Amino acid sequence: MDLDLTKVKTYGDTLNDGALQVSFTLPVPAGDEAKEAARQIALKMGLEAPAVTKMADLGAGFTFFVLYGKCTHTVDYSKIKIPKQQQKVLSFKEVNALIKNKLGRKVAVVAACTGSDAHTVGIDAIINMKGYKGEYGLERYSEIDAYNLGSQVPNDELLARAVELNADAILVSQVVTQKNIHLENLTELIELAEAEGLRDRVLMICGGPRISHELAIELGYDAGFGAGTLPYHVASYIAAELVRREKNGK
Amino acid sequence: MDLDRNKVVLARETAGKIADRLHSWIGDYTTTTTERAAARLLGIDGVDKADVPLPNVMVEKLEQEGILNRGLVPWLARAVVARNESPQKIAEGLAEGKFDVSSVPDCPKNEWRAVADALAAEAAAKIKAVKNKREEMKKKAAPPSKPMLYVIVATGNVYEDAVQARAAGLQGADIVAVIRHTGQSLLDYVPYGPTTEGFGGTYATQDNFKIVRKALDEAGEETGRYISLVNYASGLCMPEISAMGAIERLDMMLNDAMYGVLFRDINMRRTFIDQHFSRMINAYAGIIINTGEDNYLTTADAYDKGYTVLASQFINEQLALRSGLKEEQMGLGHAFEIDPAMEDGLLMEIAQAQLCRELFPKSPLKYMPPTKHVTGDIFNTYLVNGMFNLVSVMTGQEIQLLGMLTEAIHTPFISDRYLSIANSQYIFNNARHLGDEIIFAPGGRVQERAAYLLDEACKMLQTIEEISLETAMEQGLFADIKRSRDGGKGSSGVLVRDKDYYNPFFDLFMNRSKSAEGRLS
Repeated sequence: MDLDLTKVKTYGDTLNDGALQVSFTLPVPAGDEAKEAARQIALKMGLEAPAVTKMADLGAGFTFFVLYGKCTHTVDYSKIKIPKQQQKVLSFKEVNALIKNKLGRKVAVVAACTGSDAHTVGIDAIINMKGYKGEYGLERYSEIDAYNLGSQVPNDELLARAVELNADAILVSQVVTQKNIHLENLTELIELAEAEGLRDRVLMICGGPRISHELAIELGYDAGFGAGTLPYHVASYIAAELVRREKNGK
Repeated sequence: MDLDRNKVVLARETAGKIADRLHSWIGDYTTTTTERAAARLLGIDGVDKADVPLPNVMVEKLEQEGILNRGLVPWLARAVVARNESPQKIAEGLAEGKFDVSSVPDCPKNEWRAVADALAAEAAAKIKAVKNKREEMKKKAAPPSKPMLYVIVATGNVYEDAVQARAAGLQGADIVAVIRHTGQSLLDYVPYGPTTEGFGGTYATQDNFKIVRKALDEAGEETGRYISLVNYASGLCMPEISAMGAIERLDMMLNDAMYGVLFRDINMRRTFIDQHFSRMINAYAGIIINTGEDNYLTTADAYDKGYTVLASQFINEQLALRSGLKEEQMGLGHAFEIDPAMEDGLLMEIAQAQLCRELFPKSPLKYMPPTKHVTGDIFNTYLVNGMFNLVSVMTGQEIQLLGMLTEAIHTPFISDRYLSIANSQYIFNNARHLGDEIIFAPGGRVQERAAYLLDEACKMLQTIEEISLETAMEQGLFADIKRSRDGGKGSSGVLVRDKDYYNPFFDLFMNRSKSAEGRLS
């Protein structure tokens, strides 16, 4: 059987078998009824022939299931288009050289963890001198003036500092994602930036373990960086994008 | 491990000198939260019309009058003498504007001192009663096998936390921590009432403590065990949270001497003064503290900077002794954070864990799971957590914060917690006496690493002793984070004590005769 990219489904050991595994908890006590409930949930998820391979009593009226089934759905892989950052990634030296030669001025970057988020691990890894995994942070770049405002910075304060420092780019980090607080924070920042007429004058970039470039674009940002991002990834995006915009006379 | 005993003595003595140097000035100051903690210990609770906690109202008014530097208790005791009301009534009256600070007349020192000491003794007796109750309950319960299983709940809604905490207890957790709202460390007050909409956790409030305590006691009752409750005496209100915990029978508190400075950018002086009173309260209440050395390894590399953990443990130990904590109350922290891709990384983890065990034989060591190198591949994380559990049981760790297979994805689901407990129970049981059977090859990789760590920790401690801990933190010796001496949040809450300063709890909690002794061998 040949693979049909317009109808792709999950794979176990035979093409189009649709096999997959899920695990979940139901708020009911363990027993035959719970098992049947789990099976019915799987059917509604579009799984054929669901089989509960593990049922565990979690106490306090909760039951955990591991379940295998065969997915009945397919997706059209051939039509999928994902926005991607286009330019190639530059090294520490290349970024500095590009800024120096093509922009001829220093680039100001303001960064913060906003809202109630106190987790600075991500922003520190990107900005601070030391960087992460042996890659220098933005503070170390001779052609970048980086300002790390730290944690729990209100959105309006971040924007005020960006204006004050005449920032070329704003970096915002969001680690806590409980109840989608990160989306609220990020949306608010964009709205404030637009209200203050800042949005088009500055690159708005967000990052965090649950952020993707796609999500960032959807929220109205210029770029997003997820898990595994290193400082030079962000630096080369900023440098290349600023050069591109300058060329286009923006 | 064949450690150089002279080095061990040297490390401890040097850390002792570092702690003494801090204590040469800590006693000259007080802080707003120290005074608010005294108010809380005396039973003052509740908020005013604007939702400001009454301890804050009192402290602010005393500060406006310029007499907070004498301590909150002397004024309160005089108000009790003058008005013949309870401390709570006085706080309420003051908040409602029925009278003001300056309207309370002075009275002979022996008179207000007697009242102050009697009130404090009564408060201390209540805390002692709570401590006794814990001990009684523990006696009746089945003793936990070690390492003890520590899990976290973090729903943001305390009522949901209570459900999850109870379930965790029924599943076999020995210790449950309710994760605190990420924003609380920088609040200069303790919020009031139950939290139902927190982000990244619930606030440490007295009501929240009560609600989860009850849920865990119920789960303990059902399973014939005692389940410990943990919260965070950290941030800008360290001593106040300790006071609330002492009243509500918290069993453990995250309570590090340096964490706030490094990771929350809180003013150094503020933190060192606050940790002292906070730990004193914990000491008296029989609460086990957990120190936060594991955090260093989330910003610095665990292999390169393993010795900083050790140096910090020695400093935390010496500071804790100076606040009256017994070694059995010091859950010194470390973590399993070496990159899993490293060849022989497991051996390096064993070396560090075994070294901690031998250096701090009475400490209920707190061992933290891998977080830095786990990125959402739940199957891999589950396996790495298994290795972490193996090292723990093998090296006799005591407080095992269980790794969650969904670390770096979301706050734990109920099933994540179940799976982590199942993982650890399997390994702890299956390898129960592994440690008894192991002798490390003399001069082998593990012994060599341990000797290296001890050596480097000694050097670091000697450097710190020379330049002072404050300067060391300015230079970024811990966690690669630099903090300026006068910077950071909360510095305005530090006051130089007046010569007439009085806080009866310092004497009550400290067992003065024993306090000066450091553990020197």
